[in-house]
Amino acid sequence: MELTRLTIDSARAAVQERKTTALALAEVHYARILKEDGEIGAYLTLSKERALEQADRIDRMAAEGEPLPPLGGVPVGIKDVMSTRGIRTTAGSKILSNYIPPYDCTAVARLEAAGAVVLGKTNCDEFAMGSSNENSAFHPVHNPRELSRVPGGSSGGSAAAVAADMAVVALGSDTGGSIRQPASFCGVVGLMPTYGRVSRYGLIAFASSLDHIGPLAKTVKDSAIVLRTIAGRDPMDSTSADVPVPDYVAQLEKPVRGLKVGVAKEYFGDGLDDEVRHAVESAIDKLKALGCEVALVSLPHTPYAIPAYYLIATAEASSNLARYDGVRYSYRAPGVTSLSEMYRRSRDEGFGAEVKRRIMLGTYALSAGYYDAYYLKAQKVRTLLTRDFEGAFRKVDAILTPTSPTAAFRLGEKSNDPLAMYLADIYTVTADLAGIPGISVPCGETREKLPIGLQILGKHFDEATILRVAHAYEQAA
Amino acid sequence: MTHRNSENMKVTEKDVAYVADLANLELSGEERAGMVRDLNSILDYIERLNELDTSNVEPMAQISDRYGVDESKQGSERFAYANRDDIPEGLRKSLPQEVALENAPDADGTFFRVPKVIER
Repeated sequence: MELTRLTIDSARAAVQERKTTALALAEVHYARILKEDGEIGAYLTLSKERALEQADRIDRMAAEGEPLPPLGGVPVGIKDVMSTRGIRTTAGSKILSNYIPPYDCTAVARLEAAGAVVLGKTNCDEFAMGSSNENSAFHPVHNPRELSRVPGGSSGGSAAAVAADMAVVALGSDTGGSIRQPASFCGVVGLMPTYGRVSRYGLIAFASSLDHIGPLAKTVKDSAIVLRTIAGRDPMDSTSADVPVPDYVAQLEKPVRGLKVGVAKEYFGDGLDDEVRHAVESAIDKLKALGCEVALVSLPHTPYAIPAYYLIATAEASSNLARYDGVRYSYRAPGVTSLSEMYRRSRDEGFGAEVKRRIMLGTYALSAGYYDAYYLKAQKVRTLLTRDFEGAFRKVDAILTPTSPTAAFRLGEKSNDPLAMYLADIYTVTADLAGIPGISVPCGETREKLPIGLQILGKHFDEATILRVAHAYEQAA
Repeated sequence: MTHRNSENMKVTEKDVAYVADLANLELSGEERAGMVRDLNSILDYIERLNELDTSNVEPMAQISDRYGVDESKQGSERFAYANRDDIPEGLRKSLPQEVALENAPDADGTFFRVPKVIER
């Protein structure tokens, strides 16, 4: 049994049946991290003590023949934007390089309560702002498939950790595509649930109306298991929805025959790489062969999603990041003599270039004289984009698109051109703005052996259908 | 040509200085020049939003009040479930003082310490 190639069910079963131990599983993953992560860079902090304590707890349960919880003994990685009590949490930023949270993020607590073993905190773009993981203040992440390529971002460390068998599953966060795009670049499954489905309590805020937590996994089924574990109302997040959580796993095998899937021409226009187009079209044909009915739908406001997104997300970020003032926590610049100098120099030295750029853009969009022209305008366009989806979902059960217009690009290729980097999110930001769920599932490779992702978008609170379609495709592919 | 270019520039160096001030950032001279260039390029792209007539469209700040809510209820009634009845008047236990101070760059055991605010 290869202990680093297991899924949630096979890992849990192996521990339950005493074929291995949770401790051995954790140790073999740490050994692999030690060996492989030097050149990949997926982890920022390892939480070995906490992991081994939890593994021991699970092993004692197994020894006593107690049934293990759904993730009993399963090694997981957590994106470093989620607070972990007693374990350094940096958000990929120098400004939080010494921050040790006094509490746990709800999603992490729920995973651990279900038996997961938290191996450590995964690398990401600073404050989840980026599409390549090159904005990490510590070090970039290299794509495990091809080290000269980016893993995508901002959950690049989580995607790379799963792709390189340095975790069975990982949690990521998605504000404009940050789970789905790196999943597509690294050849793993990435699921962004409906807004409000998973509590954001303990997630370091980037843009509160757009932030989502979700899993990166090796299989669609593992994504379903993790979502079932972390979803549901949490009194600590007033925006977490009071909507029943279905048993996603039980619904996976329901046939997809007769389901209506939509294809929108707006997602297949200029800028889409030919190899990606071909792979996604083949995936659509495959689903057709499985009995899905394919219908054309129109999402006419799609070309306006990126500009609307970069106004709304940066406006919210400029407000959320005002808290980093060097007083209660976070970096403080040395040798300052006045309070205002302390604020400015701490923020100047603590934030990286992209974070400052977004704070500036957001502050500008919210400033007197520009609020109506930029921020309010973007919010109105958000309404139009959401209406597009409402209209389409009256006709179809799910929508199929490429996850990203290209496969993984090279490190350095876009890092000096912010606008070019923003366009990497062109097919993913729409779902964040509309609050609908989306999943990226691997659908082939380019000639250079780089993974390609198929994105499946669904109705609000209908993750069950997109998981089902993704599972059917994955099993058939 | 110079005149034309400055007309087309939405964000000037003066704007950048003003916005940096609002955002509590200092920014080096080099950073300010880069910011003028980047913000103008991004705002040029954002300009395409003006192709859309949104005069009769309601703005959308968030989606929480649109989906998964009880349609029969209005306004804040829809979010009554978010009120915590287990905690009187919405108060919950604060962090103990020593825990709250643990991450502070400078604290004296009771208070956060900062450079002096009032010049005299």
